[in-house]
Amino acid sequence: MENLVLQALSGLASASSLFLVASGLTVIFGVSRVVNFAHGSLYMLGAYLAYSLVTTLPRGHLGFWGGVIGAAVLVGLIGLVVEVLLLRRIYRAPELFQLLATFGVVLIVQDLAQMIWGPQDLLGPRAPGLRGSIEIVGMRFPLYELFLIGVGPVVLGLLVLLFHRTRWGTLVRAATQDREMVGALGVNQRMLFTSVFFLGSLLAGLGGALQLPRESVNLHMDLAIITEAFVVVVVGGLGSLTGAALAALLIGELHAFGILIVPKITLVLVFLVMALVLVVRPHGLLGKPEAAARGGQGSAEPVIGPAPPALRWLGLATLAVAVVLPPFLGDYAVSVLTELAIAVLFAASLHLIMGPGGMASFGNAAYFGIGAYGAALAAQWLGAPMLAGLALAPLAAGVFGLLFGYFCVRLSGVYAAMLTLAFAQIAWSVAFQWVEVTGGDNGILGVWPSAWAAPKLVYYYLALALCLGATLFLRRVVHAPFGYALRAQRDSALRAEAIGIDAFRIRWLGFGLAAAAAGVAGGLFAYGKGSVFPTYMGIPRSVDALLMVLLGGVQTLSGPIVGALAFTGLQEQLVRITDLWRLILGCIIVLLVLFFPQGLAGAARARWEARHGDA
Amino acid sequence: MATLEVAGLEKSFGGVRAVQGISFSVRPGEMLALIGPNGAGKSTCFNMLNGQLRPDAGSVRLLGREITGMAPRTIWRLGVGRTFQITATFGSMTVLENVQMALLSHHRRLGGLWRPVARMDAAPARALLERLGMAEQAARPCGILAYGDLKRVELAIALANQPKLLLMDEPTAGMAPQERVSLMALTAQIARESGIAVLFTEHDMDVVFGHADRILVLDRGRLIAEGAPAAVRADPKVREVYLGSGAVTGAH
Ligand SMILES: Nc1ncnc2c1ncn2[C@@H]1O[C@H](COP(=O)(O)OP(=O)(O)OP(=O)(O)O)[C@@H](O)[C@H]1O
Ligand SMILES: [Mg+2]
Repeated sequence: MENLVLQALSGLASASSLFLVASGLTVIFGVSRVVNFAHGSLYMLGAYLAYSLVTTLPRGHLGFWGGVIGAAVLVGLIGLVVEVLLLRRIYRAPELFQLLATFGVVLIVQDLAQMIWGPQDLLGPRAPGLRGSIEIVGMRFPLYELFLIGVGPVVLGLLVLLFHRTRWGTLVRAATQDREMVGALGVNQRMLFTSVFFLGSLLAGLGGALQLPRESVNLHMDLAIITEAFVVVVVGGLGSLTGAALAALLIGELHAFGILIVPKITLVLVFLVMALVLVVRPHGLLGKPEAAARGGQGSAEPVIGPAPPALRWLGLATLAVAVVLPPFLGDYAVSVLTELAIAVLFAASLHLIMGPGGMASFGNAAYFGIGAYGAALAAQWLGAPMLAGLALAPLAAGVFGLLFGYFCVRLSGVYAAMLTLAFAQIAWSVAFQWVEVTGGDNGILGVWPSAWAAPKLVYYYLALALCLGATLFLRRVVHAPFGYALRAQRDSALRAEAIGIDAFRIRWLGFGLAAAAAGVAGGLFAYGKGSVFPTYMGIPRSVDALLMVLLGGVQTLSGPIVGALAFTGLQEQLVRITDLWRLILGCIIVLLVLFFPQGLAGAARARWEARHGDA
Repeated sequence: MATLEVAGLEKSFGGVRAVQGISFSVRPGEMLALIGPNGAGKSTCFNMLNGQLRPDAGSVRLLGREITGMAPRTIWRLGVGRTFQITATFGSMTVLENVQMALLSHHRRLGGLWRPVARMDAAPARALLERLGMAEQAARPCGILAYGDLKRVELAIALANQPKLLLMDEPTAGMAPQERVSLMALTAQIARESGIAVLFTEHDMDVVFGHADRILVLDRGRLIAEGAPAAVRADPKVREVYLGSGAVTGAH
């Protein structure tokens, strides 16, 4: 019994910390509609800056609390700079581009933090005056945790006062409800956005700084917190402060009690809850449906036609190189080329959902991974030969795509994206925690190709043929009635429905088809590597796919191909030549977003059309 | 038998009683105009007829069959074509492809994964566009079309499944006066030839009084007059609703 009370209290402390971060995220989203992936990086910077300040300032109350507040303010200023230099220029860009840009910031901050503070974990001092613990129901409970429990409600109270008692706050609330209106009122929107970013970043920084006495500061804090914060914000309802508080409470306590009740599924519990909430309430606990998310008058996506001759020749030339060159290369280079071919198909599968389908998926790696595990499990437990495994991969991925997609495609925008992420995390944690079957973290080893395909070169040609075939098939689908129906429901759900198109069905089947294609890629990857690991389904791999598609350009059919080649090639090269590949990749992404908002293939096409005159 | 029979249709949004128990019917080949000032409930009424909104009360029958509460796509398959007050077309497709989509859907061929759309139902789509004077625009993307042309595309789409009933919400908005008259004349001609019942709303009184066989007047959700154009024009209640605008007296 006493144990439960303590557990509940420590759940409250986590909830409180989580709320600090999530509140900043939700306030920023409410006003600017930017899904700020870099919010976790700001949190991490808060922790690092607090460490530096607290350890340099004189010890004592002033040093510690001054350091914490100072770190929060500094992070607020950093957020402000990011807003002014980057985000301000891309408010009109599609949601996903903003996401891509903020992800570039994540990469940059990771390397900068490593350069400044080094790779080792840093342990900060404990808070003066709050070092001890007190006795609650006969057990000891740390004072600092108790203090944290108080911080959340106090910050919530202050924010509510700020939003309801000041003119600025009224404007923020108005902007959250209706952006156009605030513009129409003649309010200085720039100032409003910038100040909101400052506040949101400050809250993230404060959240990070306050962790100093609780846990060590390290380079993984950013991604760890951002997923949790997203979950809280989405469960609460985007833009809703009270919703975020409620959700933080829910998630905090879930963590605390999940460990006691169902230790086996702790990792997945949070995502299960998010999936459940979104299935029942598509806009989170307290969120409101967004008014015409896509903006009725929004610029139309381009028409698709047959590829122009120049592009065909380029494609054929690339293919010729891909076929002729490898026999002259070493094993390593051939493996890299195999991975490139697989990356192209993986990106093409996501592109089908995002481009023609008009939906975002943050969880495409799930289907890649399910394909890989399908093949590996069949090999491990059934002794299936390679071809059977490769056939099973798309089947397994397709079935799960249909299962998960059934829920995902009912939602829209960020909510849909987050639900795909939740399912991917569920799949990941099953692979991670169901050790008896999947081998857990150690993965499944010895997934080797059949003897005839064992030479690297033969396997490469097999992968090339399958990936190319599947990618061209997807391309064909986009030109076929089904692909048109996908675009139809994206362009105008109203019109699609009014000419007998069942938008849900089309999206659902499209999701399943894309999943099956990702499964082919995953299966090939498994046999290529000889092993599968839970990381195949991890968030980083989903993000890779997103980056490839966005880099190439969402609204061009060659986009995913160009993007996959550019991204994989670039990453491969950067990793080889420099330790700072994240920094450079991040900068490249940011610059691309700023100067090539249509992606590489999109920009090339715009050039081409400008020179040859539009149809 | 009447193509469309509507009885006691009602819809409220919160406190706003947008449509309050209206009844009427449309015969095959008839042009029926639904007019009324802004916010009278015309679009709301249309939305209930094609299934986009579920009525609070009342019934809608198509060729004697109860269709109340069915999904728009089901109602479309039963033969109801519609154009929107604010045009809704597929902006990333050409004019021709937009019409092809309606035809492909009508023929239930949208599941195809292999044959390119370019070669499917192109001829009938072209013929429809030809009929509506849009043949020259066939290859242009809908995303860059002038508003008046979009209205024509919508009409072509709506005619693609050989509808029994055509619902047209302000079909000539955004067009030049000349164009309006010719488009409505064409619509009337098609309707008579194919026995399509047409229900349309319109703010242009020249169009209404020039082409409607019968007129319904809606005001704040209620039908206040119904009848032949001449009778409606003479109706004092109608004059009162349109008082000051001169719209009714000004026509012809
Ligand atoms: N989705 C909705 N939610 C709330 N109120 C609505 C909604 N749709 C319509 N209304 C209200 O119902 C009433 C009727 O609107 P409707 O659009 O049917 O009018 P209308 O006759 O088509 O007008 P107009 O000539 O301007 O197109 C108006 O008061 C409108 O504000
Ligand atoms: Mg209307």
